Amino acid sequence: MNDVTRRTALKGAGATLGAAAFAHALAPLTEWTEDLSLDAFLQRHYKELTPSDMKAVLWRLEKDAKREYGRDVTIQDLPPQEGVSFGYALNLSICIGCRKCVEACHQENNHDRRTGNSYIRVLEMEQGSLDMERGNADYDHAVPAPGKYYLPVQCQQCDNAPCVKVCPVQATWKEQDGVVVVDYNWCIGCRYCEAACPYHARRFNWTKPEVPAEEINPDQGYLSNRIRPQGVVEKCTFCLHRTRAGRLPACLEACPTGARVFGNLLDPKSPIRWVLENKRVFVLKEELGTRPRFFYFFDK
Amino acid sequence: MAASRHVLDYPRFLGRLLWMSTDGSWRFYVWMTVLTAICLVGANAWARQLADGMALTGMSDHVSWGLYVANFTFGVGLAAGAVMMVIPAYLYHDHEMHDVTLVGELLAVAAIALSLLFIVVDMGHPERAWHLIPGVGRFNWPVSMLTWDVVVLNGYLLLNLHVCGYLLYMRFLGLKPRKRWYLPFVFLSIFWAVSIHSVTAFLYSGLGGRPFWNSALLAPRFIASAFITGPAFVILLLQVIRRFTGLPIGEGPGRTLTSVMRVTVLLNLFMLGSEVFTAFYTGGAHAGPVRYLFFGLHGHHALVPWIWTAVACNVASAVLLHLPASRRRITVLNVACVLAFVGVWIEKGMGLIIPGFVPSTLHEMVEYVPTVTEWKITAGIWAFGLMLLTVAVKVALPVLSGQLASPAAHKAEPQPRDAVPQAAA
Repeated sequence: MNDVTRRTALKGAGATLGAAAFAHALAPLTEWTEDLSLDAFLQRHYKELTPSDMKAVLWRLEKDAKREYGRDVTIQDLPPQEGVSFGYALNLSICIGCRKCVEACHQENNHDRRTGNSYIRVLEMEQGSLDMERGNADYDHAVPAPGKYYLPVQCQQCDNAPCVKVCPVQATWKEQDGVVVVDYNWCIGCRYCEAACPYHARRFNWTKPEVPAEEINPDQGYLSNRIRPQGVVEKCTFCLHRTRAGRLPACLEACPTGARVFGNLLDPKSPIRWVLENKRVFVLKEELGTRPRFFYFFDK
Repeated sequence: MAASRHVLDYPRFLGRLLWMSTDGSWRFYVWMTVLTAICLVGANAWARQLADGMALTGMSDHVSWGLYVANFTFGVGLAAGAVMMVIPAYLYHDHEMHDVTLVGELLAVAAIALSLLFIVVDMGHPERAWHLIPGVGRFNWPVSMLTWDVVVLNGYLLLNLHVCGYLLYMRFLGLKPRKRWYLPFVFLSIFWAVSIHSVTAFLYSGLGGRPFWNSALLAPRFIASAFITGPAFVILLLQVIRRFTGLPIGEGPGRTLTSVMRVTVLLNLFMLGSEVFTAFYTGGAHAGPVRYLFFGLHGHHALVPWIWTAVACNVASAVLLHLPASRRRITVLNVACVLAFVGVWIEKGMGLIIPGFVPSTLHEMVEYVPTVTEWKITAGIWAFGLMLLTVAVKVALPVLSGQLASPAAHKAEPQPRDAVPQAAA
């Protein structure tokens, strides 16, 4: 009997010690839960939010931005326009590989400053080859280099998007105007979409993005360039906070050679339609059946 | 009337087992303390990773899955492999195997728990896991293969928990288990075991943008290698159980499992060879990841030592298993099992996940090396899995051997003390 009680007492002591050690080991979690409000935790999926829900969410996110980044920002939720379906084309004959588009994307979309993130990667390709294996995304010399051409790649806004298919929680979907978006407040951060994308179009927030207050672009969209939370996936949205308001994507405006053409595929008079009808366009990795909305062409 | 009694009695029975499982020899306490310590290191690293972000891992936008997903894949295989005890027992009426089938089922439970934990630590927002609950969140079933995996893994966990729990409880009560309460579930679990690993393979093989994974051979390879690791682990586990509990386990189950392994090690090597042939003979971009894996590509070699270690282990285990000595000397068999286990862990882990990402979809060469954080979390989860398995086996054995039985059981149906314990009548 005596032995049994001693054993029980020892077990109790062991369990207490174990619980204390466990609590200590998990202590960093308190830091994590500080950033996690109940409202944010219980927020419904984008498509289930009523207009008044959305108003409250946007107000909360603007407040968070002010508190965490020290900047007054306006976050809007612009809906797709009726009769608009976006398409993008890029003239490879005149792209010089200057990466001004990369830089413009970086600033417009409030990307993390430390990693210099951008939704666009430019491959320096060898004349006479479309083989990306012979391309190089890390070139560091004057452009254009002889014997090379340049292939900027960003989200192709596929009509049969592998990333949308694989998402286990429908946190990413295709909008009516053709743009594939992510609800950053619904994404669980499993990165299956990143594995599924054949174009390296998706990025994950490996840390909380760092952007100095004065560099923040305050004109923000819920589904696009608002500062993303840590631990979620993001991607190019054709700058929908701009394009749904009738403006052009930042990468297009930054292009010094006019290689980029953007517009409404449903408008017969749009420049994008002119390109599709008059140039021999192609899409990347057509054999995968992803049906991109991003077209490439050569002039000469 | 009687059924309602079980609603309270069954949890009480489980509680009693759990309490009993805290008793043991000093060896047991040392073992559990060491595992707890490793677990705590892992838990701490995970808490840090959640707070500071997954930048603490070696993963990047180029290699967006790493050690966690590698171990997840392997763990699912281990769980599926345990069914190699159920099949001989229930389909081929191998009675000796029948007696220890429960060990395989408990291993499946622990391995599934381990796999699920590896998914949790890989998530950027684990607190949003409720988004996966059908009806409450937005479960993208049946389109996303990941939702299939959620269904089959949790289903397999429940199936095994039910079968183990029911058989043990009946044994405790001294009642004969009723076939309709467990046999259908056992047969379902056989198909289910194959499904968990096939679905896990489809998760990768369905991605057209990743040529290394986009192979119809992936699911068969997964199943073959699962039927290496499951039996290898159980062969070792049964010896440990026999040694530390004195439970009379015959030579039969070990022999059957060794026979299974003799086939599956060769099958696995054959399928690996087929993949390698197709890649290299065809050449071109399709061969890039395989070239990177085996020989390095454009001056990047991080995986080369891993995969050749795996090949060496797999070939050595295949040779050892086919030596006559493996029948006579248990040491030879044990070495073969350890080699096979390690070989498949690398081949189906790092050797499968990482080349899917290198070169990247834009053919950039960005390599991946796991960080200390990842190793700590990985070790922690494995320690947790081993703890779970230890407790489960420890809980089950006294019931199996008849040491623990309901007082009513002795009156109802006395158990011969020297009888070989049976998982199911």
